[in-house]
Amino acid sequence: MRDLLERAIETARVRGASYADVRHVRRREEGLTVRTGRVEAAAASESEGLGIRVLVDGAWGFASTSFIDAAEVDRTADLAVRIARASATALRRPVILDERPAVTGRYATALREDPFAVPVETKLADLLAADEAMRRVRGVAFTESLFQAQREEKTFLSTEGAFTEQSVTHVGAGIEANAIEGDEHQRRSYPDAGGGFQAAGYEWIRDLDLAGHAGPLAEESVELLSAPQLPAGRRTIVLDPSQLYLQIHESCGHPTELDRVFGTEASYAGTSFLTPDLLEGGFRYGSELVDIVADATAPGGLGTFGWDDEGVPAQAVPLVREGIFVGYLSSRETAPRIGRTSGGAMRADGWNRIPLIRMTNVNLLPKPGMSLEQIVADTDDGLYLASNRSWSIDDRRLNFQFATEVAYEIRGGKLGRLYRNPTYTGITPEFWGACDAVGDASSWVMLGTPNCGKGEPGQTGHVGHGVSGARFRDVQVGVGKW
Amino acid sequence: MTRPASTDAQALLEVGERLLAFAEAEGATGAEVVAIRSDAALTRFANSEIHQNVAEAGVHVSLRFVLGSRQGVASSDRLDDAALHRLAASAAAIARVSAEREDGVALPEPAQIAPVGGALAEATADATPELRAEGARAVIAAADAAGVTAYGSFRTEVETLAVANSRGVRAAGSRSETHLLTVMMGPGGGTGYAEQAAVDVAAIDASAIGHEAAERARLTRDAIEVPAGDYPVVLESYAVGDITDMLGYLGFSALAVDEGRSFAEPGRRIGSDLVSIWDDGADPAGLPLPFDYEGVPKQRVSLVDAGICRDVVYDAQTAARAGRRSTGHGLPAPNTWGPFPINMFMAAGASTRDDLIAGMDRGLVVTRFHYTNPVHPKLAIVTGMTRDGTFLVEGGRIVAPVRNLRYTQSYLEALAGVEAVSAERRLVKGMLGGALVPAVRIASWTFTGTTRH
Repeated sequence: MRDLLERAIETARVRGASYADVRHVRRREEGLTVRTGRVEAAAASESEGLGIRVLVDGAWGFASTSFIDAAEVDRTADLAVRIARASATALRRPVILDERPAVTGRYATALREDPFAVPVETKLADLLAADEAMRRVRGVAFTESLFQAQREEKTFLSTEGAFTEQSVTHVGAGIEANAIEGDEHQRRSYPDAGGGFQAAGYEWIRDLDLAGHAGPLAEESVELLSAPQLPAGRRTIVLDPSQLYLQIHESCGHPTELDRVFGTEASYAGTSFLTPDLLEGGFRYGSELVDIVADATAPGGLGTFGWDDEGVPAQAVPLVREGIFVGYLSSRETAPRIGRTSGGAMRADGWNRIPLIRMTNVNLLPKPGMSLEQIVADTDDGLYLASNRSWSIDDRRLNFQFATEVAYEIRGGKLGRLYRNPTYTGITPEFWGACDAVGDASSWVMLGTPNCGKGEPGQTGHVGHGVSGARFRDVQVGVGKW
Repeated sequence: MTRPASTDAQALLEVGERLLAFAEAEGATGAEVVAIRSDAALTRFANSEIHQNVAEAGVHVSLRFVLGSRQGVASSDRLDDAALHRLAASAAAIARVSAEREDGVALPEPAQIAPVGGALAEATADATPELRAEGARAVIAAADAAGVTAYGSFRTEVETLAVANSRGVRAAGSRSETHLLTVMMGPGGGTGYAEQAAVDVAAIDASAIGHEAAERARLTRDAIEVPAGDYPVVLESYAVGDITDMLGYLGFSALAVDEGRSFAEPGRRIGSDLVSIWDDGADPAGLPLPFDYEGVPKQRVSLVDAGICRDVVYDAQTAARAGRRSTGHGLPAPNTWGPFPINMFMAAGASTRDDLIAGMDRGLVVTRFHYTNPVHPKLAIVTGMTRDGTFLVEGGRIVAPVRNLRYTQSYLEALAGVEAVSAERRLVKGMLGGALVPAVRIASWTFTGTTRH
């Protein structure tokens, strides 16, 4: 295979590319879904191909193919160069990459129990047991239990001499119970809406104990049907990690992507309010308790790897330090434009997509002082919001609105009654400025999503978020007419 | 792996025949093969220059292996006999350990598939990087002329789909699609949007799309803030497309009805008399597709007729449970979403755009929505932002651009409040397919927040 990959970049170079890289990716996936007692999906898939990225006259071209032989590699390299030449006909600022030494090496996700080696019947039995436990609860209308695993074996080669081989394994699982009465539909899920995911083996799924959580979860979905609607008002809220991670994702992760800042996602996802002048000016993004780091070395994270898809080593990049905006997720092309070097955040969704700046593991660092339970105990009057149900944020990542599956009232430091259909809304820096408590290391968990959408054609990214829960004051809740 | 000598529809069907034979040899009681060959390219521009430019060629084959009332699915992008044999063995292994389904596994019977005209355009199949670059340059030229900056993308794609199953279904065909969109940004925070979708790339008028977006960017300069609250609105077609798309996802599906999470009930009024919505994969005015991913011919399905809910769409499994025939809306297996309408149409009205606006004493015109997401699926309450062209109307005339607003609104209540519909319709790209929809005026729309731009 290495010969073919070298042929690809050599062909591109001979055709006129000043820089070329090639990624060969073999992706294996397995997915199992049990829906209300029946196995709705049991599937395995494999995909293999290569993508060639070239710079010609300062312009990018990319072509990919799943047909892997010498003639097709030549055709694809040639097409990539032709595409780059077409790009050059509408170019105003030639691409310049940062200087860096060529890297070589191997990386593999640490895991104890290969998820693909665990028999399918074992995995289905785990899902069916959880599903049955949920369906035993009277009032549950439908249920879903899922397992997913993905392994990506990737080889990267560039005209600068880089050669890396990586094997990254992700697993995920989750359960959800749905209760319906009339027009009311309530859902509860565990460990997270849509499942929890981790860079790990099947040992992580076993530790979730899906069946053990199923019954109480289902009971709560039914209980929510008769819970009062959350009234509108300005309240103190405590966000469980199952919601806080998405808050970080949308309101810190995406706006710190430097390609968005430079407008290259403007036609699809939008831009960012975190412009480079704010980096120079020491912009206050949040309260002094807010420390956010993009850490591609964090154990278990979906954004953990050896090198990004430009051959840049995994690293930890501070984004917000003591509430001050200090950094971006960046690439070899974008970082030099702000006088920095790449933070190693370029990742592609498979062989047929170009790398884009993606979140690695964008983590809110824990703060010594109070665990999440102690934060609740320290709250006299508030709401505890858990498990995301809906999310939306404007195209500059300022105005956001989230819905969660459940809100628990906090009275005198104790969790009380449930509210249904909770929502909250705010403006990003005002919201993070109102953060007055962050949980300590004992509450810190690594979560993440395998469904982060970006780019055209669309790419789905796997990104991680380490969080411990946090408290925010004076937040608008109960949005809309109910 | 060697690229097949021919990757047309017939060649993919031959792959299907070989894979069905391997499945039979593995002991399948039924099987279904879906093979998709895709050639796609996209030229993306930002800051008035091309910054990303990509092409891909790929083939994907999937086998649904049925063993009594159990099934397993495996897929790959390798087509040689050894790979197909491994694929059959993999799907069989999953099916053997899968659980019995109480409702069995429904594979559709063969049915006559009427030819659909206008699904494939040779010009799209032959589109080159140079042609897409020319389109991008035309958009950029319109931006330059207006003193604004262009961002956008120009995509061309040809897909060949073949479906074969053990009951005799043999369906194959090719379709093409092209989509040009642009966002423009100018001085004073002005932004504008325009898009065009078509089967034939020759139909794309890049210059006109560029000028439409540039004009909006010019008109939205120095937007004022209006407070959140309830306003009458005129929604341009781009925003209406979000409503049809979202309702298709949330409710016009037999699986959603089965599970009790849909708003759709035959005979229930969910819109004003002016609202009629249907799905029709054979209409060349949309992005036609003669059959679904189970090889079932697409039927025209009336979803809402003069405001009254009529029917929902079915795939083979939901149809079998309901004791009726699939309407041809199946997605590729394994599919946990259920059937999906991807060729939606909303009936035109009699109004011009100016008529719609003239009918508001004080209201807002919304060009498009951004980042919409259901807050309460069964009530179809959705939140999202306005984007790239929101305007204040007073006395029946646009008087000022306004900053973007957040809304939290039931899309069902919105349909019930439709007061007027435009005669002109536009084809708008959706989540999976496309929708041909008009602009509408709605009596009241609930905006719940503001932002800074």
